[in-house]
Amino acid sequence: MNSRLAMFIAAGILATFAVLGTSLVAFTHSATKARIAANERETLLRSLHALVPPDTVDNDMVSDAIVVQAPERLGSESTTVYRGRKMEQPVAAVLTSIVPNGYSGPIKLLVAVRYDGTLGGVRVISHKETPGLGDKIEASRSDWIHGFNDKSLSDPPLEKWHVKRDGGVFDQFTGATVTPRSIVKAVKNTLLYAQNHKEALYDRPATSPTTATQG
Amino acid sequence: MSDNSYPNLIIDGLWRNNQALVALLGLCPLLAVSNTAVNGLGLGLATTLVLVASNSTVSLIRNFVRPEVRLPVFVLVIASFVTAIELGMNAFFHELHKILGIFIPLIVTNCIIIGRAEAFASKSNLRHSLVDGLSIGIGFTLVLLTLGGMRELVGQGTLFDQAHLMFGEAARGVSLKIEDFPGMLIAILPPGAFIGLGLLIMVKNLIDKRLAARAAAKAGYAEEVQGLAG
Repeated sequence: MNSRLAMFIAAGILATFAVLGTSLVAFTHSATKARIAANERETLLRSLHALVPPDTVDNDMVSDAIVVQAPERLGSESTTVYRGRKMEQPVAAVLTSIVPNGYSGPIKLLVAVRYDGTLGGVRVISHKETPGLGDKIEASRSDWIHGFNDKSLSDPPLEKWHVKRDGGVFDQFTGATVTPRSIVKAVKNTLLYAQNHKEALYDRPATSPTTATQG
Repeated sequence: MSDNSYPNLIIDGLWRNNQALVALLGLCPLLAVSNTAVNGLGLGLATTLVLVASNSTVSLIRNFVRPEVRLPVFVLVIASFVTAIELGMNAFFHELHKILGIFIPLIVTNCIIIGRAEAFASKSNLRHSLVDGLSIGIGFTLVLLTLGGMRELVGQGTLFDQAHLMFGEAARGVSLKIEDFPGMLIAILPPGAFIGLGLLIMVKNLIDKRLAARAAAKAGYAEEVQGLAG
């Protein structure tokens, strides 16, 4: 009898703490939810506007997003596309392409393609490349990624969309060819996709912001 | 741990029983996040916050939590605090939270925290547990900060790079940069963490040995004096 009572008391204590702990988490969650969402939105907006300057567009790019399916070109099952417009006219689209074949795992990119088919710029959002070798793809570590600025499928011509070692125009890094090579290929594929879906990319109505999150 | 005076608790946490250098606990986050001083400081402070909160709570509830369910209750308490602090960091230090990433939720698995709850807070009163949590946490933070600073300086030639993520834009000026020094890659890579920690432990042991020798010499001298007098 006594041991049974002890058991119930123990279970009761455990349950009480489970409820208390969960309430603490639930309370913190509801208190910080709005702020965290705002943070994420602002971070995203800042990285979008690094590629599509804020004065060239007048819409809210974070909300004007669609999800497209083109795994063979854009590297993942579903890719979010943020659209920038000015006076309702398409200006640029930012695609969250994924480089499937990085040196150590996928590399997430933001690729801004202007309506005229030129690149507004490319940024690496996340990667697992070797520090000191492959991480020169980060804008904060080297200027390499800026080499894509204003390029298009006709400049350089399509057959020159390779790193120099493969007969193209883009630099590779000493000791790391795989990383730049796969990024050049992914950017080229993104441009091809944007070229083939130019109108569709801007005409589709925006999906609700809840489904169009980053990544 | 018989002597629970405050100075003793503080010296234990910071030096004599430093969890990272003596007990070698919490090595996973220590080695993984100590690649820059700011990362180390961020994780260290988050860990300290969790330690103080969990130690105090465990001490408060120590008398009515039955021994059979003691550990699950401790884990629940720790996990709740970690999640709450993680959400708080995401809300107020968003960029830093993004860099530290998975290591914030993983504070739950840091053996130091459950270790202090079980070995100290469950047997001590609130004030002692609070001081213990604080000094153990600061001891851990100092090691993270030192190791992070060492690795950052050798590895990429900077110190307190990205300090603004933690202290706001005003702290941008704190960052140091050695010009024309690209850094030695090895320090940033995982082996650099092991080598750096090894060096820190070596320095600590050397200092301890020096202190012990000095104390012994003093004691010997005192004996000699007594012997002469007698």
